[in-house]
Amino acid sequence: MIDEPFAAGNSPIHREDPRSRVILATLFSFVVALSQAFATLGAALIFALVLVIAARLDPKKLIKRLLPLWLFLILLWLVLPLTTTGTPLFRIGPLAGTREGIILCAQITLKSNAILLAFTAWVATMNFAKLGQTLDQLKVPEKIVYLLLLTYRYIFVIEAEYGRLLRAAKIRGFKPGTNLHTYKTYAYLLGMLFVQASARAQRVHQAMRCRGFQGKFYSLYRFEAKTADWIGAAVQLAIMALLIGIEWKINSPL
Amino acid sequence: MEDQQPIVKLDNIAFGYPGGTPILKELSLAVYPKERIGLLGPNGSGKTTLFFIIMGLLRPTAGTVEVFGSRLWEEKDFSDIYRKIGLLFQDADDQLFCPTVLEDVAFGPLNMGKSRKESIEIARSTLADLGLEGFEDRITHRLSGGEKRFVSLATVLAMEPEMLLLDEPTTGLDARTRERLMDRLAQLDIAYLLISHEMDFLADTTDKVHAMEGGKILTDTTVKLHQHVHAHIHGSHPHEHK
Ligand SMILES: Nc1ncnc2c1ncn2[C@@H]1O[C@H](COP(=O)(O)OP(=O)(O)OP(=O)(O)O)[C@@H](O)[C@H]1O
Ligand SMILES: [Mg+2]
Repeated sequence: MIDEPFAAGNSPIHREDPRSRVILATLFSFVVALSQAFATLGAALIFALVLVIAARLDPKKLIKRLLPLWLFLILLWLVLPLTTTGTPLFRIGPLAGTREGIILCAQITLKSNAILLAFTAWVATMNFAKLGQTLDQLKVPEKIVYLLLLTYRYIFVIEAEYGRLLRAAKIRGFKPGTNLHTYKTYAYLLGMLFVQASARAQRVHQAMRCRGFQGKFYSLYRFEAKTADWIGAAVQLAIMALLIGIEWKINSPL
Repeated sequence: MEDQQPIVKLDNIAFGYPGGTPILKELSLAVYPKERIGLLGPNGSGKTTLFFIIMGLLRPTAGTVEVFGSRLWEEKDFSDIYRKIGLLFQDADDQLFCPTVLEDVAFGPLNMGKSRKESIEIARSTLADLGLEGFEDRITHRLSGGEKRFVSLATVLAMEPEMLLLDEPTTGLDARTRERLMDRLAQLDIAYLLISHEMDFLADTTDKVHAMEGGKILTDTTVKLHQHVHAHIHGSHPHEHK
């Protein structure tokens, strides 16, 4: 369901301090999302591609991960130019494709690819456990961190439970179709899944109490930043500053 | 043995889930230090429920639970019993909720106020004792069923309990892994109560076996498996073993 195809590896990015990776990825997303100029967005995309190469990501798996985004973008290119108002560039029947629409599409395409690639390079290169520890150390509220970690832990269990229920139904001749019986069966399955999940939550809580849990999580790990980590983070921050600089120069409100 | 203080003493316990029929009735049981007791009973007879009552997770409707002489539910705080009694859950997926094995095993020690360094040391040595070196950074949900069982045992043993409650530890284990579990249990010198449906496993790992039926523990017909391999669990047919 959730595999982590990029988590294992020994590239410079994999070795980078996870905290600076998470911070950089977050910063980068903001910078790219708020930028308008094509120079900035192009530079950002190139930077993201450099990161991907530095992280030595498997191109096949990467494309597989980007595919849903690209499908979505194709849809956008089909609709947005025709529905955005502005200077018409071409006509299809009664509809006009506008310059503004095409610019918007191009911006969205560059932004989304750059952000997704950078996130994959920086963040998908650590497993969930490490991401949790990192967020915890970055002082993200522990409730959010543990919500994330427990969701990740039990999503597989719940998936397995769903699989079992569905198999049980199929074994007894259940064939999904578009009829009331199908909807009712799926409703039962879903209901069962909720019941089981809440019973599971209760048992997990009991198991935690049995091991002395009193509402406070203590985390086990502390990451130590090495000099190389500081230098690496500084360089990447400088690149980010450069992106902001380009954007400022072109689209300065002053 | 009887002149020692029992670790756990249950007296005339009654219990039923809200809106359900009574599950335990007039149940009494005492476990003394180093006693290894098997618990046998049909599905739904309330064995798991009994463990939850001993741990203070469920409150009995009648009767008393004493752990090391102090009564549960009388004082507000009995977090202390979690240090003394360890419960191994029937389903290992309930027990292992941390992302990595080391974090999971260190969870108990951390809660007990141990430092990060101490907790890691305890976790590592507990894992090593169970033959689980190299498992520290494994992702818990990707472990096999047998591995999950052993890691669960490690999470409980890391709290250095004086007694264990083992809820069907052999389900899903193959013969070899069962053997390994048997060896580990034999090496422990703490008391435990062990639920299992496997007679031969009980015979090898426990000194006596109690049968649960009709919400009670049939101590009068304590099954002596060592002397008598085919077990009789029917209280209504008294049967002498000499
Ligand atoms: N949370 C609950 N709410 C209501 N009823 C429950 C709950 N948990 C268990 N029961 C009921 O209590 C009875 C005893 O359950 P328990 O789990 O203690 O049995 P058990 O002896 O451990 O069985 P098994 O050998 O199948 O594990 C069963 O009839 C069960 O349906
Ligand atoms: Mg049970």
